[in-house]
Amino acid sequence: MSTDVAPRAGFGRTLQAEWIKLRSLRSTWYTLACLFVVGLGITILSSNAAGQAWETATEAERLAWDPTGRSTMTYIVAQLIVGVLGILVVTSEYATGLMGTTLTAMPRRTRVLAAKVLLATAVALVAGEVLMFAAFFIGQPLMAGQNVPTAHLSDPGVVPAVIAGGLYLGAIAVLAIGLGVLMRATAGALATLVGIVFLVPAVAGLFPSWMSGVFDFWPTLGAAAPLGTVPDPDFPHPWLNLTGMCLAIAAVLAAAFIAFRRRDI
Amino acid sequence: MSVIEVRGLTKRYGPQTVVDDLSFTVEAGQVTGFLGPNGAGKSTTMRMIIGLAAPDRGTATIGGRNYRDLAVPLVEVGALLDAGAVHGGRTAYDHLHALAVSNGLPRKRVDAVLARTGMEGVAGKRAGGFSLGMRQRLGIAATLLGEPRVLIFDEPVNGLDPEGIRWVRDLMRSLAAEGRAVLVSSHLMSEMAQTADHLIVIGRGRLIADTAVSELTRTNGEGAVVVRVSDRARFAQQLSAAGATVRDGLESSLVVSGMSAADIGQLAAYHGVALSELTPQRVSLEEAFMELTRDSIEFSGVAA
Repeated sequence: MSTDVAPRAGFGRTLQAEWIKLRSLRSTWYTLACLFVVGLGITILSSNAAGQAWETATEAERLAWDPTGRSTMTYIVAQLIVGVLGILVVTSEYATGLMGTTLTAMPRRTRVLAAKVLLATAVALVAGEVLMFAAFFIGQPLMAGQNVPTAHLSDPGVVPAVIAGGLYLGAIAVLAIGLGVLMRATAGALATLVGIVFLVPAVAGLFPSWMSGVFDFWPTLGAAAPLGTVPDPDFPHPWLNLTGMCLAIAAVLAAAFIAFRRRDI
Repeated sequence: MSVIEVRGLTKRYGPQTVVDDLSFTVEAGQVTGFLGPNGAGKSTTMRMIIGLAAPDRGTATIGGRNYRDLAVPLVEVGALLDAGAVHGGRTAYDHLHALAVSNGLPRKRVDAVLARTGMEGVAGKRAGGFSLGMRQRLGIAATLLGEPRVLIFDEPVNGLDPEGIRWVRDLMRSLAAEGRAVLVSSHLMSEMAQTADHLIVIGRGRLIADTAVSELTRTNGEGAVVVRVSDRARFAQQLSAAGATVRDGLESSLVVSGMSAADIGQLAAYHGVALSELTPQRVSLEEAFMELTRDSIEFSGVAA
């Protein structure tokens, strides 16, 4: 065989192949478009409601008013869309049977999953940071127009809070990939993700108090603490809470790697 | 040297042993048919050969190595286990391109396999809109990317129209003629009769036969012989006395089994009987297959 490129298959090739697969699907781009339309749409709506919220706010509420947090609040819905992106990277291959083809071409499974995690997380991280900064730059002027206190990027704590928003979304993407590998089905992984980020926080108040230690590091609850600029007495070290969630997600990912290596396709 | 070597391969799913101590080899330059009724363990065996499923016992190697240890798998093995295994939202070209890139194969290989499978016209179309026949071609195109020495196809003609079946059959023959080893599974003996040189027959996960196609029809041709003589009753008695089983056939013939045509001729000569017909009935592969797998069919229906 006289070819200009010698056939070989290292991690770089795996990464390249997975990138072609990710970008050649319309669903990837639709999901990203959806992330920005919904994410920024929520920012615009919530910013427009800021004037009314300020009017009716009590003195205590005005003291705790967090214009940055109001912009980054869009993470609540954005995390679900980023999650869909992460889940689909894996489950769409199981659903179509493509996983068999993928692993026939690339039998080193750890490498394949590492490439998927790396790419999807990078995409989610970049998209998440862009979304968070866009939400800040769109939201603050809208609130300023309603004579509500606003924040500037140069204000203390603003840049870390906005960056934390993007990091949080990147971490949720990793969680979603892990769930996708463990469940091997879109519906199951998505239902689990919704349960984790929406349902558990919604009913957290019903659970016994010893569980609050867990909720300090739970998505949408304690782990989202660094996304605001006004100190929360419950979370004196907000980055610790986000780091805790990241560690838990790393454990889920480790389980996913083990399962992916061991299971038959 | 055999290209695929399966040794004592065993796979259990719960209490059920799907593949049971299976051993066989696949040689280069020929089409090896992998036959068995539905549920016999053909797909599971193939999945173990290419490392998608882990055997409970035994080994399956390609050129002496485990599939997972192949440095550049696509230049060694091309495997198509499921024609539907394509993301419907991806174009044929992108699907093949990603696979080629994963093994460091040049882009021109993508164009080459698209041409060989007659898919150039639909390369830019999304696979979701493909007919089964086109998906099958796309799957086969993917197996040819690395010009591998070994090709593995699981039921490649399932659901194809006659033209598609013919195309697949011709392709298998030409791949074998190029010196490659081709392992192709089927539950249809008639299909294999026209494609394969060698047959591996399994039932309930066990090896039933490992033989050349020509050999199978000969040895399992519990071949009956049609005999015509003027005095039927008398010769029938003489045959029975010699140990053959005789029954009446069409148009006052005798159908003799348990004795070869040559022996029947000898017997007739000994008794001074003039034979007006002596025709060995060649058993079709289909019948030989039914005979072999009779005891190993998982779910058999009862003819009404």
